[in-house]
Amino acid sequence: MTDPDSAPWEYVPAPESAGLAGLASEYRLFVDGTFSAGSGEKTTSVNPATTEELATVAGTANSDMDRAVEAASGAFRDRWGGLDGSARAKYLFRLARLLQERGRELAVLESLDTGKPVRQAREFDLPNAAAYFLHHAGWADKLDYAGFGPDPAPFGVVGQVLPWNFPLLTLAQQVAPALACGNTVVVKPAETTPLSALVFAELCQQADLPPGVVNILTGGAHTGEKLLSHPGVAKPAFVGSTEVGRRIRHRLAGTGRTPVLTLGGSGTNIVFADAPVEQAVQGVVDGAFFNQGHVRGAGSRVLVEESVAEEFVERVCERTATLRVGDPLDRNTDVGAVNSAAELDRITRLVETGEAEGARRWSSPHPLPERGYFLAPTVFSEVHQSMRLAREEVFGPVLSVLTFRIPEEAVTKANNTPHGLAAGVWSEKGSRTLWTANRLRTGVVWGNTFHRFDPTAPFGGERESGSDRVGGRAGLEAYLDV
Amino acid sequence: MAHSPSRTRGSAAPARLPAELAEAARGGRALEGFLRGLPGIDAVGLEQRAAALGARGVGKNAKPRAIDTAIGMVDLTTLEGADTPGKVRALAAKARHPDPGHSATPRVAALCVYPDLVAEAVAALGEVPVGVASVATAFPSGRSCSRAKLAEVELAVDAGADEVDMVIDRGAFLSGRYGEVFDEIREVRSACGGAHLKVILETGELGTYDNVQRASWLALLAGADFVKTSTGKVSPAATLPVTHVLLRTVREWYDRTGQWRGVKPAGGIRTTKDALRYLVAVREVAGPEWLTPRLFRFGASGLLNDLLMQRRTQLDGHYGGPDHVAVDL
Repeated sequence: MTDPDSAPWEYVPAPESAGLAGLASEYRLFVDGTFSAGSGEKTTSVNPATTEELATVAGTANSDMDRAVEAASGAFRDRWGGLDGSARAKYLFRLARLLQERGRELAVLESLDTGKPVRQAREFDLPNAAAYFLHHAGWADKLDYAGFGPDPAPFGVVGQVLPWNFPLLTLAQQVAPALACGNTVVVKPAETTPLSALVFAELCQQADLPPGVVNILTGGAHTGEKLLSHPGVAKPAFVGSTEVGRRIRHRLAGTGRTPVLTLGGSGTNIVFADAPVEQAVQGVVDGAFFNQGHVRGAGSRVLVEESVAEEFVERVCERTATLRVGDPLDRNTDVGAVNSAAELDRITRLVETGEAEGARRWSSPHPLPERGYFLAPTVFSEVHQSMRLAREEVFGPVLSVLTFRIPEEAVTKANNTPHGLAAGVWSEKGSRTLWTANRLRTGVVWGNTFHRFDPTAPFGGERESGSDRVGGRAGLEAYLDV
Repeated sequence: MAHSPSRTRGSAAPARLPAELAEAARGGRALEGFLRGLPGIDAVGLEQRAAALGARGVGKNAKPRAIDTAIGMVDLTTLEGADTPGKVRALAAKARHPDPGHSATPRVAALCVYPDLVAEAVAALGEVPVGVASVATAFPSGRSCSRAKLAEVELAVDAGADEVDMVIDRGAFLSGRYGEVFDEIREVRSACGGAHLKVILETGELGTYDNVQRASWLALLAGADFVKTSTGKVSPAATLPVTHVLLRTVREWYDRTGQWRGVKPAGGIRTTKDALRYLVAVREVAGPEWLTPRLFRFGASGLLNDLLMQRRTQLDGHYGGPDHVAVDL
């Protein structure tokens, strides 16, 4: 007879089969409804969890880009632009359904290409991507009633440059409203994570989307900037870092084209002494380490009321230590791999800076895999406003803890950054939450929660976090000429 | 067998409590102040975490180990008006050898019956190291006078119960008379003598997670060895979020006092899949130290058979179906 006391069960790795991703050896550009080899230099996409090469990806030459813009322009003129809203809706609904049907495959692919935990890809990225298509499918025939005048017009060809943190989700967030509003698109996913977008191209074929309505190119920052300033692109859109966003705005100044900019910026959680502690601990940990901290508006800073700070930090570290770091394909993994060697290097340097500046570092003792780009979730306490850790966008699994004494101080410190994307307020007292929310200069304020996304709720920032919204009625404005 | 779950003692000795808890354990205003001063619980966040942990799996190769752990935690229960000595003897036989075809199957932790059937259960189990638990204090409603409730506890203890599962007076709790609930648990505690005390909060009637948290602290301060979610007679019975609250409370109790206290979800846990979700919660919210029948139990009747079927599936490599395990009605 076994003694239940002798050895309670332990987690055993239960990895998803990588084969589910249906990985091809080569991925090609998608222009005018067909896949093509591209005349640019080929690159390879790497699995950041193993540093192994996943596939060869075709490169974009200038001629490919011209062809894609030409195709999008032709499709807008001859096919998509004149289509009824209800007909456009039909295609968007189809795309949403296909995303759901092939959700498992795409989740595994996304996990392989980005290093994010497959459970998160399956439960967050994919359902949300489908939700953005469903939501905007509903808008396509109701634009006249969206509050932008009786007959709001699309721009025509939209050029979209996307980030590597949520490749498919950001694609959905940008492509769905652009198509719903009657535009055609040329999309360039990030250089390190192009695979899911190129599989999305297959979905466009499956959905019988008219050729040229969606075109997908590959390439790095250089290709991206070229696409955004292409003369045939009526509306350029960029999702990514503030630095690049600034450069793009500079470049487009005086051309009469205003870019759609959804940029970065660390978020801040404010924890008052009367917070629901247990959930605040969880919210702060999730806020900082969700998607390895590769989230626009990640809660990389937490401001804790000084009277409870010590105990709070202890509990945050304790909870962080329970996060399982490792193989992204294991469905019990909470924190996966950092997206690329370059990112790992950047974050590691920032961590070193933090130590050099005198902040106190704690890192999760959870063992890390021997290969791959992994970083143990790290918590810095005794961080001050003057430190780089508090001022820069971390965009990695690093949390900085600062303290405050009174609500005014919390608000002042939270606002004392050039970014203004997201904040969380933790308090059981509703009036205090509202008082604080009213004074925060961020696009989003969450109350007793963090990282809740919904296509019906506009998401976006102010100041250096960009000017545009995704989701909801407000999100349509980016892709309507109003 | 190395452990003897039913005979472990751990009653609260107020002298060993840290100052703020000792103060609250005096009852009255201090207790009320302490309970009202507990940090709030955000329902959305709690349920979100419970759902997230519920999505974890123990992993295929860990499953047999986890199933055995779960079987050893079952309080095999029969609490029907129609219970007879024969039914109790049948359950006792099952408790001794849950799966006669597989002799290595662990025994369950205890047999849980009404007080008048305790003697029957004790006799039927004989020397087998399976505890006898008895519900008491006007189970399930708790609506009677203190004298009657204590008499019931005495009946159970005198008949040889190792564990007493009492219900709290939810009426008194909901009308804010925390002191009354506290005193009653105290009285039952001393009437238990050496028996282990589990306090049933009937969380389905408490309405909010804040209330559940208060009731858990109240029970621990009054000397409970275990906090238990439900009687099984009220819906909803045990849920994952509610069990999270209880697990968190016993964990904090340990952190502050060094005393081990247990948790027992009861009612509504019917499948192996459910049970494994609870084990994940135990490990993550309280800690791996709680993965023992001394600190965690399942109050269930149907669950055991599903665990046995899944155990056979793991061992035999195929699913045999319900006809291969003993049915007890």
